[in-house]
Formats: sequence, C-alpha cells, structure tokens
Amino acid sequence: MTAYYQRYIAVAVLMGAAVLMVGAMLGLGRLIRPRRPQPEKYVTYEAGADPVTGFGQSNVRYYIYAFLFVLFDVEALFIFPWAVDLENLGVAPLVSMIVFIIVLALGLVYAWRKGVLRWA
Amino acid sequence: MSLAVEVPWGLILALKTLVVLAVIPLGALILGYVFLLKMMSHMQSRLGPMDPGGYHGWFQLIGDGIKFLQKEDVMPDGADRRVFAMAPLVVVMSTFLVFAVIPAGPRLVVAELDVGIFYALAVSSLSVVGILMAGWASANKFALLGGLRAAGQLIAYELPLILGVVGVVIQAGTLDLQGIVLAQRDGEIFGWGGIGNPFILTQIVGFALFLVAAQAELTQTPFDMPVAESELVSGYMVEYTGFRFLFFFIGEFGTAFAFAALASTLFLGGWAIPGVDGTAADVLGPVVLLIKVMAVSFLIFWVRFTYPRLREDQLQAMAWKVLIPIALANIVVTGVLKVAF
Repeated sequence: MTAYYQRYIAVAVLMGAAVLMVGAMLGLGRLIRPRRPQPEKYVTYEAGADPVTGFGQSNVRYYIYAFLFVLFDVEALFIFPWAVDLENLGVAPLVSMIVFIIVLALGLVYAWRKGVLRWA
Repeated sequence: MSLAVEVPWGLILALKTLVVLAVIPLGALILGYVFLLKMMSHMQSRLGPMDPGGYHGWFQLIGDGIKFLQKEDVMPDGADRRVFAMAPLVVVMSTFLVFAVIPAGPRLVVAELDVGIFYALAVSSLSVVGILMAGWASANKFALLGGLRAAGQLIAYELPLILGVVGVVIQAGTLDLQGIVLAQRDGEIFGWGGIGNPFILTQIVGFALFLVAAQAELTQTPFDMPVAESELVSGYMVEYTGFRFLFFFIGEFGTAFAFAALASTLFLGGWAIPGVDGTAADVLGPVVLLIKVMAVSFLIFWVRFTYPRLREDQLQAMAWKVLIPIALANIVVTGVLKVAF
C-alpha cells in the first residue's frame, strides 16, 4: 500500500474516531441520565411562552449572496494551483491571473452598484 | 529513521488517532476554562464562575461536566429525529477532520496531505451543514433563524478566509502545512535566519484577514448573530440538552483551537524552532505550537469579550465590501512581488 493511500485512510480513521467519541459519550450519558417523560418537556421552547403556530414566514435574504459565493469560491479553486507554482510560472501567468481577478472584481463592483449587497 | 525496529504503520496511526481523540476535548476544555471562564470573569467582572470550589472557581468546569452528564435527553415533538440526532456528530466530525493535517512536530501529523491547507479549509466548512441540520430539525423558529443566519455568515466569511491564505501559499510554494512550516523555518530575513521568516512579517494583511474571518467562522462575538442570546435565545442549539449540547460546545471550542493552530502554522512559524532538529524538535514542537495557539486564542477571545454584536447587514457588508476586495488586492500584490524578486 502506498503512502498516498495511507494518508487518506488516516483521514477515514479520524472520521471513525469522531463517531466513536460521540457514540461513547452518548452511551455513557444513557446509562447515567434520568428519564421522566412529561408532555410539557417536549413542547417547542420559545423562551417560556406557549409556541405559536408552526414555522412562521421568514424572508431568506441571503440567496443572492449564495450566487456570489459560488462565483468567488470557484475563483479560489482556480487561484490555488496557480499560487502553488507561481515561482516557476513567471510573468505571463501572473498577468493572466491579474486580468482574471480584475474581471471578477468588476463583477463584484457591478453587484455592488446594482444594490445587491444592500439590505433591501 | 533512527528506530532499530520498524514500527507498523497501523500502530502509529492508531496512536496518533488516540492523541487526536485526547487533544480535541482537552483543547476545547483548556480554551473554555482559561478564556471563557477565567478571562471573561476578570474582564467583565462576572462573579459566578469565580466562586465554585474556592480558589478562582476551579471547580466550575467539572461541575458543568457533571451537570451535562445527568441532564435528561429531550427531543422536541416536532423534531426530525434522525437529522436532530446526527447534527452534533457532523459538527464534531468537521473538527476532527481539521486536526488531521495540523503538524505539531517533524513527524507529529496524522495525515500529511499534499493539499493540506486547502483540505483543512474545506472540511472546516462542513460544520455549516451540521448547523443547518440542527436549525432545521429542531422545528423551532428561533433555531431555524439561527441556522439560516449561520449559513449566510459562514459562506460570506469563507471567502476572506480562503483568499487570505493564498498569499502564504504563493510565498511558500506549497499547500502542505508541513512544507509551509519548513519554508518559514528555513527562510531568511534579508540574509539573517535567526528566527526563520514567519509569514506574519510579509503577510500581515493575510494574517488580519484570517483572524477576522476565523472570528466569524467560529461565530464568536462580534459575529455571534447565529447564537445571539438576547434575540434568538441560543439559535440553532436552543433545543439541545445534555451531551448533545456539549458536542456543539466541543465543536465550537475545538474548532477555535484548530483555527488558532492553523493561524500559528501559516503565519507564526508553527512548531518549528530554527536550528533545532530531530528528536529535540519532536519534543519541543508541540510545546511551541501550544504556546502560539494560546497566544492566538487570547486575541480571538479578547475581541470576543470586548466588542458588541454587529447587525446582520453590517456583517454581510463587512465581508463583501471590505474583506474580499482587500484579499484580492493582497493576492495581486503578493503575486507581483513574488515574481519580481
């Protein structure tokens, strides 16, 4: 087995360790904690008052940020490989990346001027 | 290798996993005890946490633990039971996965991945999924609002965090955290290598971006709208009790520990001491890293205990209109200087 796979197996083992810790602690808690069910305990907690209806209406204002986020996250994906090897790449890739960043920055400026970043 | 007997790979991995299993709760407890209980009590004149057990309230944390242990497990009637139970696990798992790549010495790293820092930032954002799950599955308006706020905040500050690190990657020429540490250790400041070349000197902007974004990613005040006690009771964790609540605590403070370690590794030179190598570095490395982690954590919690909460729109504006443009400019400037020199 190569060292490459060993490293990713280590990551998988750590995931298992997290499950193990959570399971062990919850198991320990199950042995010790009391259990006295009363209907009032299972009512939704709203700071003491009786809960009103189910989910209320809520305006999710972040969805436009989600679009912008995807845009810039993909940009970060392109920047990382470029950044790792910049020393050997030289001037031309540097200029292309600067142009790329400027184009994306223009996108941000456009969104800004359109008022997308304002709490409307 | 100086060892005469070849230790099987599986055994080393098992030992390292045990160490991580111990370090995460321990790190969370250290930060919780030193900063949340003691430093906050001193800074804000809180008397409660200074009382139990006598001297400086040393018993407070143990008492809290006992309380969590014997709390009844309550799951609200309307909850989506399976998702509700899974949410803390997802948050804790994200913390565990970040620890996989943080090096504490020349050989003390669980998985030395080539894509180290990229991987660390990717898995640390997995906790958003857990938080959204918790907010949604609780069937509680406050929890849902808290979960949505957390999602909006975490994706906004993900970008300055990632882009702030690019400067370091350009300078080090590698994504591997071990390589970044070595690049700083073997670096020189104008020909003088006495302290290596910690990237905070050249990447002070990146360091500031990283710390501000980490503050938001950890939902510490002034970016704590997702858990704002005075508006949302406790946000996405409001329906959680006992150990399930404790997992969110471990997730929050364990991740704070991990981010402080990442900041130390990326900008402050990590475990390395210039001139010290071999077994001595294996022994001293974790100590040096811990000192740096405590120093960075001190900064994070100092800000937390000092500033009031931002408003939701101010928070988004801060990320998009201030931090991201600065981060982009930082990348361009670093790139130009790297190629020019």
